[in-house]
Amino acid sequence: MSFAARQQQAEAAWQTFEQPDRLRILVGSATCGRAAGSLEVMQAFAGELAKQGLTEATDVVEVGCLGMCYAEVMVEIRGRDGKRVLYQGVEPRHAAALIEAQLVRGEAYLPLALAMMTGADEAVPTFADLPMIKPQVRIVLRNCGVIDPTNIDHYLARGGYQGMTRAFAMGPDQVIEEMKASGLRGRGGAGFPTGVKWGFARNSVADQKYVICNADEGDPGAFMDRSVLEGDPHAVLEGLLIAGYAIGASVGYVYCRAEYPLAIERLQTAIAQMRELGFLGADILGSGFGFEIKIKKGAGAFVCGEETSLMQSIEGKRGMPLSKPPFPAVSGLFGKPTNINNVETLAAVSAIMEKGAAWYAGYGTEKSRGTKTFALAGKITRTGLIEVPMGISLRTIINEIGGGVLDGKQFKAVQTGGPSGGCIPAQFIDLAVDYERLAEVGSIMGSGGMIVIDEESCMVDMARYFLSFTENESCGKCVPCRMGTQHLLRMLTTITEGRGTLEQLEIMRKIGDAMKNASLCGLGQTAANPVLTTLQYFEDEYRAHIVDKKCPAGACRALIRFDIDPARCTGCGACLRACPVAAISGEKKQPHTIDQELCIQCGSCRQACKFTAVLVA
Amino acid sequence: MSEQFPLETILADFGRERDNLIPLLQEVQERFHYLSPEAVQAVADHLELSENDVYGVATFYAQFRFVPPGLHHIKVCEGTACHVRGSDRILDAISRSTGLKPGQTGDDGTFSLERVACFGSCALAPVVVVDDKVYGRMTAAKTNKLIEDKK
Repeated sequence: MSFAARQQQAEAAWQTFEQPDRLRILVGSATCGRAAGSLEVMQAFAGELAKQGLTEATDVVEVGCLGMCYAEVMVEIRGRDGKRVLYQGVEPRHAAALIEAQLVRGEAYLPLALAMMTGADEAVPTFADLPMIKPQVRIVLRNCGVIDPTNIDHYLARGGYQGMTRAFAMGPDQVIEEMKASGLRGRGGAGFPTGVKWGFARNSVADQKYVICNADEGDPGAFMDRSVLEGDPHAVLEGLLIAGYAIGASVGYVYCRAEYPLAIERLQTAIAQMRELGFLGADILGSGFGFEIKIKKGAGAFVCGEETSLMQSIEGKRGMPLSKPPFPAVSGLFGKPTNINNVETLAAVSAIMEKGAAWYAGYGTEKSRGTKTFALAGKITRTGLIEVPMGISLRTIINEIGGGVLDGKQFKAVQTGGPSGGCIPAQFIDLAVDYERLAEVGSIMGSGGMIVIDEESCMVDMARYFLSFTENESCGKCVPCRMGTQHLLRMLTTITEGRGTLEQLEIMRKIGDAMKNASLCGLGQTAANPVLTTLQYFEDEYRAHIVDKKCPAGACRALIRFDIDPARCTGCGACLRACPVAAISGEKKQPHTIDQELCIQCGSCRQACKFTAVLVA
Repeated sequence: MSEQFPLETILADFGRERDNLIPLLQEVQERFHYLSPEAVQAVADHLELSENDVYGVATFYAQFRFVPPGLHHIKVCEGTACHVRGSDRILDAISRSTGLKPGQTGDDGTFSLERVACFGSCALAPVVVVDDKVYGRMTAAKTNKLIEDKK
């Protein structure tokens, strides 16, 4: 069957899926959704449909993630009138009411209705106008939560694999020019121009070349790549295939971390579908280009996100970085020219090849074109996965998309780039987010983790947290990283315990500088960033720990004590029950007290108290 | 536990090239839940590597375990989002109620405890995973109840 004929077939399948007169229930079932209980919700719907005799008339489909993680479990229901309503916070117990309201009576179920996907309703806003959605431009996430990720017809019908056929028609050199013209830069964090990188690998002469998709998303606090792989695996695989075609590689690897079992499952399904349709194997669609894709599971090493380490790992070795040159484009996997791109980059590649470089370059800023996904988490009201045009302000991201800081607390900083990045203080809230502006304030774009920090988080503790991570993950090969992370962690720990000295601040700056200049790979070169940026913007917090022996945020356990305000305490006993070490005593309806000898400063009482009677000092 | 499952059957599915080492160790651990000295020896023989080589690779990666896990394996996420929402308190609570430190398996074999860098379910922070089921938005009290239920 020709590609055009196959595409028509997919169109027809998509039309059936989108057919307005058929009842349909979509359940967001990426890892986040499943963790929130989406599979139980699906079961409840199936049971309820059977009761109502609607099983035959209704499609129940698992889809990827719309990115509104705070509102999980999310369910979209299409009733007989064709109107599609998105519901939030759905639990199994809601299934009966939702089906009764929308599928039987034909009305939206208002208590849970979040938005109208199609059609208008007086009481429910339309999806595109939601404050979380309106500022977004979804290119990489174009299909996430919209299509069934296990159905290649859905991907095809929405323009999938047209980028591939367009690439075949252009020829490899022109594909590379197209990438350069799009302005796409590596979304793994370093931001190197993708087209230029491909050019290097294309120019290397060898009997065998490789392309690798880096899906070893190791930054704690980042889940963009997982969501794309789970919600739209073909977008990434098509990008990998195009990269292989452009540089002349016949084998592609997806190196995916083992902590993402659902992503791996979706990739395996997608690869089997590609093979069935002749998008893998010899002479794909008569282009003369042959390609195979293999999956390699990572085994839990952050340093394997570094390209040379990743290749060592694929070869079955310890994942330690190599010095460059030689660069992978000359001598990479098994000593052959190799090109590595991250998941998000490849998902953008397939879109660019479908719609053209000029279209993509129309978004973003002069040097940072297109869009960027971010995993918005931490102390924010609406956590989720978002995609925004480059150049958007932090204020828009945090206040509009994210709905502001959780529980109305004071915004203190935002952490970008994970353990390699830095903390951007509140004074830069109007900063335009692109590669250059983030670097100017001492942070990095990174792969897209964005953690919002409020007044209750201690910046010294944040730095200590990241250093405990990098100290643990440092492979130990080069001295600056191995020793540097150890010393920084030791000093940060003494400071958070109130045993630090002012002299340590200067020593930490020097160590950080040495690590930047002398470490072998990106891990060590950037590991001091969390310390350096917090020292730059929050030195007063460090001084408070050292000089006053106080933690202003009330987070460092060695420096705080909890007390109960007798004026506010109602004697309800919630704190007494929550205390894990029985340090709280008091009669019913009388103010309670905390035994400081027994207290372990866990904060459970403070969390449990409904009257803000537990004070921290 | 599939202790009776023959190691040879797993080995037979893999070629003898070195790049099979990590997938092979993953498969062995998947079946036996940890890497026993005998299994490491067998993998080394199959790939014509020294035991040292195999241990060198296996100990480099956080995924591999060398002691059997408990009946209920508890993983506490230590990602950034979980950290700012109090994951260290949750780890403490679990340590207190099970008597285990991260990396340990209890003497009676009921529980084992592990710290994990990030599950990528940051929006549900803090996250605890017990026997591969993800529990989101945890508190110390909820965690204690979960552990009691499994006891």
